[in-house]
Amino acid sequence: MAELCGIVGIGQTKLAAKRVDVSMPGLVREAADRALLDAGLGWADIDAVVVGKAPDTFEGCMLPELYLADSLGAPGKPLLRVHTAGSVGGSTAIVAASLIQAGIHDRVLTVAYEKQSESNAMWGLTISAPFGVAVVAGAGGFFAPLVRGYIRRSGAPADVGIRVAVKDRLNALKNPYAHLHLKDISHEMVEQSPMLWDPIRLLEACPSSDGACAMVLAREDLAQRAPTPPAWIHATAMRSEPTMFAGRDAINPEAGKMAARDLYAKAGITNPRREIDCAEIYVPFSWFEPMWMENLGFAEEGAGWRMTLEGATALDGDLPVNMSGGVLSSNPIGASGMLRFAEAAMQVRKQAGEHQIEGARRALGHAYGGGSQYFSMWIVGSEKP
Amino acid sequence: MRDVAVLSFAQSTAARETERNEVEILMPVVREVIAASGLERSRIEFTCSGSSDFLQGQPFAFVMALDAVGAWPPIRESHVEQDGAWALYEAWVKIQTGEVDSALVYGFGKSAAGNLGDILAMTLDPYCVTPLWPHADSIAALQARAWIESGKGSERSLAEIAARNRAAARSNPHAIVSGTETVDELLSRPYVASPLRAHDCPANGDGASAIVLAAGDLARSVSKRPAWIRGIDHRVDPAALGVRDLTRCRSAELAAQKAGVARDKIDIAEIYAPYSHEEAILREALGVPDTASVNPSGGALCAHVMMSCGLQRIGEVARRILSGEADRGVAHAAHGPALQQNLVCVLEGD
Repeated sequence: MAELCGIVGIGQTKLAAKRVDVSMPGLVREAADRALLDAGLGWADIDAVVVGKAPDTFEGCMLPELYLADSLGAPGKPLLRVHTAGSVGGSTAIVAASLIQAGIHDRVLTVAYEKQSESNAMWGLTISAPFGVAVVAGAGGFFAPLVRGYIRRSGAPADVGIRVAVKDRLNALKNPYAHLHLKDISHEMVEQSPMLWDPIRLLEACPSSDGACAMVLAREDLAQRAPTPPAWIHATAMRSEPTMFAGRDAINPEAGKMAARDLYAKAGITNPRREIDCAEIYVPFSWFEPMWMENLGFAEEGAGWRMTLEGATALDGDLPVNMSGGVLSSNPIGASGMLRFAEAAMQVRKQAGEHQIEGARRALGHAYGGGSQYFSMWIVGSEKP
Repeated sequence: MRDVAVLSFAQSTAARETERNEVEILMPVVREVIAASGLERSRIEFTCSGSSDFLQGQPFAFVMALDAVGAWPPIRESHVEQDGAWALYEAWVKIQTGEVDSALVYGFGKSAAGNLGDILAMTLDPYCVTPLWPHADSIAALQARAWIESGKGSERSLAEIAARNRAAARSNPHAIVSGTETVDELLSRPYVASPLRAHDCPANGDGASAIVLAAGDLARSVSKRPAWIRGIDHRVDPAALGVRDLTRCRSAELAAQKAGVARDKIDIAEIYAPYSHEEAILREALGVPDTASVNPSGGALCAHVMMSCGLQRIGEVARRILSGEADRGVAHAAHGPALQQNLVCVLEGD
């Protein structure tokens, strides 16, 4: 029953610590204008707008999509606002795609953003609800114990995280939109950076960024006429599980494994490592690369770190991971998931410039959020599914 | 389009929940709506919710709410930072893709912990308007004043709307306020923000609501008379009050047209109108005939649980179709200052 959906336009802003040159409407407009330009379309061609961002408290604006309606050309159109924690950028793209797949609209604009410089994201993530469980300082405070658990369980060498951090920052040097451009990045530089949440060092953590990402999605026959060949959506999947309960494996969460299985089944993939050409995944702290390699079924449980050590995830490896520099190089939280999804689409459209993987025909985009409990992912390809 | 129906509806409202958190409010509502749907919990293939972090005053506030639905093994799930009515829309879209045949939808909010009228100032232009902290009642009053000055109604019409809603609310156990006052009694009361008096403003409260949806054959297999969604659409207007004609609601007009309100008779309308004049503006925008019963629940004037209230309107119409009390009805949800964003849902029995 579902219609085919193609990604015909992709735009992103320059990602930076503080985009003081633009307001929030200016930021989302920058990404949306670029996506429309890429699609060769105007505002009147868009039937509906789907906006995603992480907590409204980051900017201190409640339901900001109402205020942003004008800058996104939404008046007179349907406007949806998705929020599924850190996975939101991915979920937003999936909701936008479902509007095409269901046959409801012909062309949909989807935009995700975060302007973190309006507040302090680390303390914004330090949840201390009355009578609730305090999750210590920042997201790193929550995730460091999971990383320690992973190292203990897998016996991974201590420097795997450092290698990921160096690789992703080297990739970011090839991406003009990336926030961090650390020209002299090295193993020693990461190793000597301050320990924030043991074992996560400063340079093994993502930065806090301002930025937006936008995509134009279109029905099959319209996508075929796009000026640049579209990326076709082969499969999407979302899964959620509760934050905590006895017996939950937060290091290798069931929701992620289940979403990946569902995704591969829908895309007709039996050997993801061989059949997927590159993957852009949500790695806010370096150690999550090997952890997600296992969760996504690219490596056996306990062996994900070997992929990093062997260079399999480098740009010239057999499964390049985070070609754009990833979340470790730019993290406007609400937009980060969509940036991953968009990078996968850029790769199969041969639009990734210096970080283009030669011959990329099928790519994975992945995002997660909450306490490693919300997962969204898609597979896009240069050919129709 | 696939046929999709509401199978069941449950709600909980209170002026102030002092003993229970959001999960504790939601759990019995979710249990009740699933039991009444005729579907086993394991047969519900998608879950979607609507809520606002700002009501709980913490980021990712909806994450803990997952505990109320028992997301294990992991579930297909999504969340909108909008009223539960938009969560229902997302679930309806998901069913339209053919990927799932059933969905649980819920909306919840606890606004009594803060002052909702002040908090809503944070939905306005953050650079130029929010710093002035206009109260929600004041913004509504600007619209009410414009409506009266256009000659469409008077302060007496506002009191008549309030009196009818308050009288209707007497038979609704989920209403937060109700009353038997005459129009003259209401008109003798002081202004909150001229021309609005306290009874023209919403009875804000805490609570949750939930709906179970199912597609065609599945709905028919468990329900003798499902409440079919015959049309659903939502539209938004520009944010700034100065660029809109506040005496009408164009986005609601458009959504009503797309949802096909006028295609057949309307027995009942449940309109999300937290202010008296909004009911009149929306009645006109939606094309609700004079013969229809409007807000038999007492509406948002008598129980306004932000983020759940729109889903409750859909539930109130569906409930009356499920029971055979009505054959065709229209439900409406709104968001934003002076009715900026509107959703319209047409429901019908077989």
